[in-house]
Amino acid sequence: MSDGSAPRDGHGALPPAALDDPRLQPYARHPERAQLVSGLAMFIGFLGFLGFGIAFWVADSPQWEAATLGIGFAATGFGVTAWGKYLMPQGPFVEERHAFHSTEEERAAMTAAVVERGGMVVKRRKVLGGLFALASAAMGVVLIFPLRSLGPKPGRTLFKTNWKKGSQLVAISGRPVTVDDLDVGGVLTVFPKGFEGTSPDQVILLRLGSGPDPFPLSAPGRTSWGAAGYVAYSKMCTHLGCPVGLYQEQTQQLVCPCHQSIFNVDAGAVPEFGPAARPLPQLPITVNRAGYLVATAGFDQPVGPGFWERP
Amino acid sequence: MIDSSLRWVDDRLGVAKSGRTFLDKIFPDHWSFLLGEIALYSFIVLLATGVFLSFYYVPSAHEIIYHGSYRPLDGQHVSEAYATTVGLSFDVKSGLLMRQAHHWAADIFLGAIAVHMARIFFTGAFRKPREFNWLVGVTMLLLAIVNGFLGYSLPDDLVSGTGIRIAYSIIESIPLVGSYIAFFLFGGNYPGSGVILERFFLLHILVVPALIAGLLAAHLGLLVKQKHTQFGGKGRTEDNVVGSPMFPVFMAKTTGFFFMITGGIALLSAFFQINPIWQFGQYQPYLITYAVQPDWYMGWLDGALRIMPSWEFVGFGHTLPLMVFLPAVVFPGLVFNIFFIWPFLEERYTKDHAYHNLLDRPRDRPKRTGAGVSMVTLMFMVFFASSTDVMANYLNLPLKAVLWFFRIAVPLAPIVAYFVAVKICQEMRAAEGIGKRKRAVIIERTAGGEYVSVSTEPHPGDGHEEVEAEPVPTFIDLTPPELATGPGVRRVMR
Repeated sequence: MSDGSAPRDGHGALPPAALDDPRLQPYARHPERAQLVSGLAMFIGFLGFLGFGIAFWVADSPQWEAATLGIGFAATGFGVTAWGKYLMPQGPFVEERHAFHSTEEERAAMTAAVVERGGMVVKRRKVLGGLFALASAAMGVVLIFPLRSLGPKPGRTLFKTNWKKGSQLVAISGRPVTVDDLDVGGVLTVFPKGFEGTSPDQVILLRLGSGPDPFPLSAPGRTSWGAAGYVAYSKMCTHLGCPVGLYQEQTQQLVCPCHQSIFNVDAGAVPEFGPAARPLPQLPITVNRAGYLVATAGFDQPVGPGFWERP
Repeated sequence: MIDSSLRWVDDRLGVAKSGRTFLDKIFPDHWSFLLGEIALYSFIVLLATGVFLSFYYVPSAHEIIYHGSYRPLDGQHVSEAYATTVGLSFDVKSGLLMRQAHHWAADIFLGAIAVHMARIFFTGAFRKPREFNWLVGVTMLLLAIVNGFLGYSLPDDLVSGTGIRIAYSIIESIPLVGSYIAFFLFGGNYPGSGVILERFFLLHILVVPALIAGLLAAHLGLLVKQKHTQFGGKGRTEDNVVGSPMFPVFMAKTTGFFFMITGGIALLSAFFQINPIWQFGQYQPYLITYAVQPDWYMGWLDGALRIMPSWEFVGFGHTLPLMVFLPAVVFPGLVFNIFFIWPFLEERYTKDHAYHNLLDRPRDRPKRTGAGVSMVTLMFMVFFASSTDVMANYLNLPLKAVLWFFRIAVPLAPIVAYFVAVKICQEMRAAEGIGKRKRAVIIERTAGGEYVSVSTEPHPGDGHEEVEAEPVPTFIDLTPPELATGPGVRRVMR
C-alpha cells in the first residue's frame, strides 16, 4: 500500500497516515486470535468445497452436496467477513457529500435550451411536429392490436359446458356410472361422456339416499333433478373455481379446500359459510332404462366463478 | 503488473481517477444496512440456479408417460413440465440441490426485500433526495412477487396448478375486461389452449428478471450517486458519510456476506425440503388436496380472499364478484399505491422539503412509525388469515370462530397498532437517557450486608472512545515500525 509517489488525484492534500493512527488499527482487541478464527473458518470453507467435489463425484447425494456446499460457502464467507471486520482498518473515515443539484444558472440554461430550441424547431415546422405526433399516436394505438392474437374472445364460452340432455355420466376413466355404483354417502367426480377431465364439465355426484323414490330435495322446483338418491352439482367452486372436493356426510356439507366456502347439500348446495356467494349449479339427472345415470338437461346457468358478462 | 494493466486501461478509458474515488467510497456501518444486501445476493443465487434449472425444464402441458427414477410415479400420465421438473430433481446430478436452492432463495429474496423496505421506511431513508430509489425499490418488490408466483406455477403440480386456477378466476372478476384478459392470457377458457406454461416460463426467466436486473442496476447506481444514508453520531452530519472505505474493508465484508448468504441457502436446501412436487402429483383441474397454501409472499392475498364476506353484486345484466375483486385486485392495488406515493404524501403533510442524509430513529417520528406498524400489522393479520383451516384444526376451534376472529381483527388490529406504536414512541422520546450507551453497574455488598450499586467509569482502552473521522489517507507512512505490532485500539462505532 506504500506508494508515496502516487499523484494525489481528486483528494487535494491528504495527510499521509502513520501506522499508529488509531483509524488504521484493526477492530479486534486481539488481532492474533481474530486471525486464527478467520483463517480457521476459511480452511473449513476450503474443506467444505472439497467435500462438495467428493460428494458430487463419489456420493452422488443431493443432501451431501448441499450440506458440503453450504459449509464451504458459509465458512469461507464467515472467514472473509471476520477478516474485513476485525483485521482491516476500520476508520472512522469520512467522505464529504457534495450537493448534486445544479446551480440556478445551469438550470435556467437547461430550461432555456429546451424551450427556445424546441420552440424554435416546432414553431417553424408546425406541420412536421403535428405529423410526428399523429404518427406516434397511431403507432401507440395499432401496437396494442397484436395483443388480440394471444387468445380467442370469450364469446359465449363461459356460459356453456359440454353437458346436454342425454349426456351419460362417466368417471374420469370413461366408465359409465350405473345406479348401483355408489353407496349412500358416496361421492364421485363425473364428466359427460367424451369430455373426461375437462375443467368446466367437472361434476360431483353424491348419493344422499337410496330406494326408487326421487330424493326429496328442498330446493324448490328441483324435486325431479335427482334420481334414486343421486344428486349432481358442478364441482367448480362459485368463488374461485377450485374443485369443491371435500364432502362431509354427517353435516351434509361440501367444502372447498381453497378458501373454505361451505355448501349445504341438503338445501341445494347453497353457500352457508365463507366467501362464496352463489350455490353450486345443479345438474338434473335421471336413471335410464339400462340403469345408467344420464343428464336430463345441461346446466341452467354458467358454472364456476363470477364474471362481468354473467347476467 | 497491476500498474501496467491499469495504465493500458486508463489510456483508453481514463478510469484511474474515478476508480480511486470509488475505492475510497465510504460505507457507513449499521447492521440494518445489510438487509438490502441479502436481497441482492439471493437474487444472484436465483439467477445462477435458475439458469441451471432452465436447461432441463420444458414448459409444456403435453401429456407423456413418466418413466423416471422416482418409482411411485412410474407409468403415470403427466405433463412434460411436471415430468421434467421431477426429472431434474432426481435424474440430474445436483439438480435437486439447484431446485431447492432456487426455491429457498426466492423465499429469502422476498423476505429480505420486505424487511429492507421496512428499514428504509422506519428510518425515513426514502425522504428527499431518495424518492426515486424508493419508487424503484417498490417496483422491484412488485415484480419480485409476480415472478415468484410465475415460477411457483411452472412445475404444474397439484398445488401450483390450483394457484393458477385461482389467478384465472381473479382476472375474470375484473369488471368489463376481466374475461377478455383471462382468455387472451391463457388462450381460452381455463385451463386455456395449453400455452400458459410457455408464457409463464418466458415471463419468469426473461421478461421479469430483465426488468428486475435493470431496476437493480438503477437502484445501486442511485445509491452510489446519492451516497448511503447514516445514523447521527459523533462527527456525522448531513454533509458527510462516516464509515469504512469500499476497498478493502467493505469489499471484504460484503464478499464474505455474499458467501454466507449463499451458504445459508445451500444449508437450508440440505436440511429442509421445500415444495416436494412428486408428493403432490400432477395437476388436474378436478383434483384438489387439503390445506392448499401458496408461498408465503402470496399469503396476504390468499388471506384477504378468505376473510372477505360473500358479497357478489348482480344487477343490470352483469355480475361483479366483489368478494374476489375487492380483496384480490383492489386491496393489493391500494397497498402498492400507498407504498408508491408515501414519500410524496409525507413531504406534503410535513412540508419538509429539506435534504435528508441522516436517518431518523423510528421513535422520533411517532406518526410515521405508527403508520408503518399499522401496515405491518395489517400484512401479518391477512397473512395469518391465509391459514384459517390449519389454525382451526391445530387449535381445535370451529372454523367459523377462526374466520370471524380474522374478519374482525384484520380491520381492527392495524388501528389499535397505530395508537399503541405512537404512544410507545412518545413515551420513549420522553424517557431520560434513552439511546445513550449504558455503563456496567456493579452491585457491592458491604460488610454489614447492605447492597450498594456502583456505576462504573468507562475503562480506558475499552473501546468506548470515539475517534474523529478523517479522510481516507492516500498512503500509509511506515516510519514508526515499533508500533506495527502494538496493541490495537478497539472502538465501538455508533
